[in-house]
Amino acid sequence: MKEFKYVITDPEGIHARPAGLLVKAVKEFSCDIKIGKGDKVMNSKAIFGVMGLGAKKGDEITLTFDGADEEAAYEAISKFMQENL
Amino acid sequence: MKTYSGKSVFGGIAIGKISVYQKKEQMIKRVKITDADAEVERYNAARKEAILQLQGLYDKALKEVGEANAAIFEVHQMMLEDDDYNESVENIVRNQEVNAEYAVATTGDNFAQMFASMDDDYMRERAADVKDISERLITVLSGNADHSVGSKEPVIIVADDLAPSETVQLDKDMVLSFVTVHGSLNSHTAILARTMAIPALIGTPLPLDDTVNGRLGIVDGTNGVIYVDPDEETLAKMQKKQEEEAEKKRLLQTLKGRENVTLDGQKVMLYANIGNIKDLATVIQNDAGGIGLFRSEFIYLENDHYPTEEEQFTIYKQVAETMAGKRVIIRTLDIGADKQCDYFNMEHEENPALGYRAIRICLTRPEVFKTQLRALFRASAFGKIAIMYPMITSMKEIKRIQEMVALVKAELDVEGIEHGDPEQGIMIETPAAAIISDELAKEVDFFSIGTNDLTQYTLAIDRQNTKLDEFYDAHHPAILRMISMVVENAHKAGIWAGICGELGADQSLTQEFLAMGVDELSVSPGSILPIRKIVLETNVEEYKAGK
Repeated sequence: MKEFKYVITDPEGIHARPAGLLVKAVKEFSCDIKIGKGDKVMNSKAIFGVMGLGAKKGDEITLTFDGADEEAAYEAISKFMQENL
Repeated sequence: MKTYSGKSVFGGIAIGKISVYQKKEQMIKRVKITDADAEVERYNAARKEAILQLQGLYDKALKEVGEANAAIFEVHQMMLEDDDYNESVENIVRNQEVNAEYAVATTGDNFAQMFASMDDDYMRERAADVKDISERLITVLSGNADHSVGSKEPVIIVADDLAPSETVQLDKDMVLSFVTVHGSLNSHTAILARTMAIPALIGTPLPLDDTVNGRLGIVDGTNGVIYVDPDEETLAKMQKKQEEEAEKKRLLQTLKGRENVTLDGQKVMLYANIGNIKDLATVIQNDAGGIGLFRSEFIYLENDHYPTEEEQFTIYKQVAETMAGKRVIIRTLDIGADKQCDYFNMEHEENPALGYRAIRICLTRPEVFKTQLRALFRASAFGKIAIMYPMITSMKEIKRIQEMVALVKAELDVEGIEHGDPEQGIMIETPAAAIISDELAKEVDFFSIGTNDLTQYTLAIDRQNTKLDEFYDAHHPAILRMISMVVENAHKAGIWAGICGELGADQSLTQEFLAMGVDELSVSPGSILPIRKIVLETNVEEYKAGK
C-alpha cells in the first residue's frame, strides 16, 4: 500500500470541476484508491465522495493506493494533485 | 404596475412578455415490483440515456458559454456514473422491491441532503445539481420528454428556480432575461447568466401566477427590479435607458482596444475616476488606460475608526494588482467640507469649503497622514501606484509633504519592509496653485486639475447653492485660461498635466482640451468610450485653425 499526503493550494478547494477531473484520473487505475480528510475517508472513484469531503485550500488530503498498479497510480495521481489542486 | 425587487445577477434592461416557467411536478409513486433484475436493468438503460442527454447539453453549452461553464454537465455525467449513487439506487430497488423512480428520488434526496448540510456555501449549492440529475433520471424512467423551456416569442422567464440544465436549454434568441424567486449568486445559473450577458435577478419574491404570467414586464438588472404591467412613464423611461445601453454596448464593441489618438496623431490618456474598490470592474469593462483619481476617503468614511496601515495596504494592493501595471493615481485623504467623518472629531466651521480639509488635515495630523503614506508606499511594490495630494496652495506645503515622504521611506527601509517609489503629483484646484504652477511643476511628477473646486474658488460661487446658478458658468473663460496656463507650465517643466474634475468629461470641451495639450482626462468609467470616440474623430490642427 502506498500513501500520499497533500495540502490543497487551489483557492477554491476541491470544487465540482477538479473533483470530476480527479475521478477521471483515478478511474484509469484498477487499484483501490481512497481519499481522506481528517477522519473522513471516501472512495476517490466516486465524485460524490470526493466532493463530499468539502476540502478547502489549506486542508491536508491523504490518498491511499492499494492493489496491483498502486505504484503507477501513486506516481500519476500525486503529479495530478500538484498540477491541479 | 407592480414592482418587485431582487438581487441582480447581471445588469441591463429587458422589456417583454413575462412567461412563468412551472416545473412539471414529478409525481413519484412507490410501486412494488417483482423482478428486481429487470428493474435495475431499466434503471441502467435510463442512466445511459440521461448521460447521452447531458453530453448533448455539454456540447450545446460549450458552443454557447465556453468550456469552463459547460464543465458542469460533464460533472453531471460523472454523478450519474458515481458508484455510491448507483449502488444506493440498486440497493433500494432490491431490498425494498420498489420501482426505480422511487429509488432514484430517495437516493437523490439523501445525497442532496449531504451537500445541503456542508459548511461551505459553494458545496451547499451542489445540492441543486444532485436534484437536477435525479429529476433527469426520473423523467427518462417515466418516459416523459425532456422538459425544455420553449417559447415562440422572446420572453422574460420567471421561475421559482432554474437548474443549470434548464438554463442552458433556453433558446437564447427567445430569452430576454430571467428572474427567479430563489437561487443564489453562486449558482451555476447565475454564472451562466453572466456569461450569456442577459439581465437576470434572483431572490425576487413575486407570485408565479396569472398576475405575472403573460403580462408585460421590464427587468432593470442594474437596479435589481422587475416591473409588471409598467405604467407609460416607467415604460418610456426604461425604453430610453435600454437604448442608451445598446448605444453604449455598440460603442464598446467598436472602440475597445483602440488607442486614444487623434487623426493628426496627438495622444491622450483616458483614465477613470473611482470612489470605491467596487467600481474596479467597470473600469476594466470600459477599457480605461488607468485610474486617474482613486478617492481614498471611502476607506475612512466607511469605517468607524481610523483605518489601519494593513487595512489600507490590502485595498491599495488589490487595486494595483487588478490594474496590472496600469497607472493608479490614489488621492490622499480628502475629507472636510461636505465629507465628514465622526471619529475625526472635527470642530464646526463657519465656512468649511475654505476651512480645515484635505491636505490641511493631513499636515496637522501627521500620524493619520503617515499611516496612509506607509500603506501607499508598500502597495506600490505591487503595481504602478502614483500618489496625488489635494488642496495644495503653496510651495511650503509641498516641502512639508516631501519631508514626510522621506521619513516614511527611511522608516520602511530601516524596518526592511518592501516598498516602491510611487510618482508624486498634486491636484491643482485652487487659484493659488494654478498661478504658481510654474514653480510647483519643478517639485512634482504630474498635475491633475480638479475643476470642481477650481471653478468654485475662482468664481467665488458655492456649487451647492442653486440660487446662484444664473451666475455660474462652467465654461467661464477664466477657468479655461487657467487650465491652459497650468498645462503650459507643466510642459515647460517636463511633466504631464491632466484633468480629473467633472469638466474633464464635458464632451463639448474635449477638442478644446486636446488643443490645449492636456495629457490626461480622468472621467467616470462610463464616459471613457464616448470621449475616445471624439478623440479618434478630431484633427487638432484643423480645430485650432478653425477657431
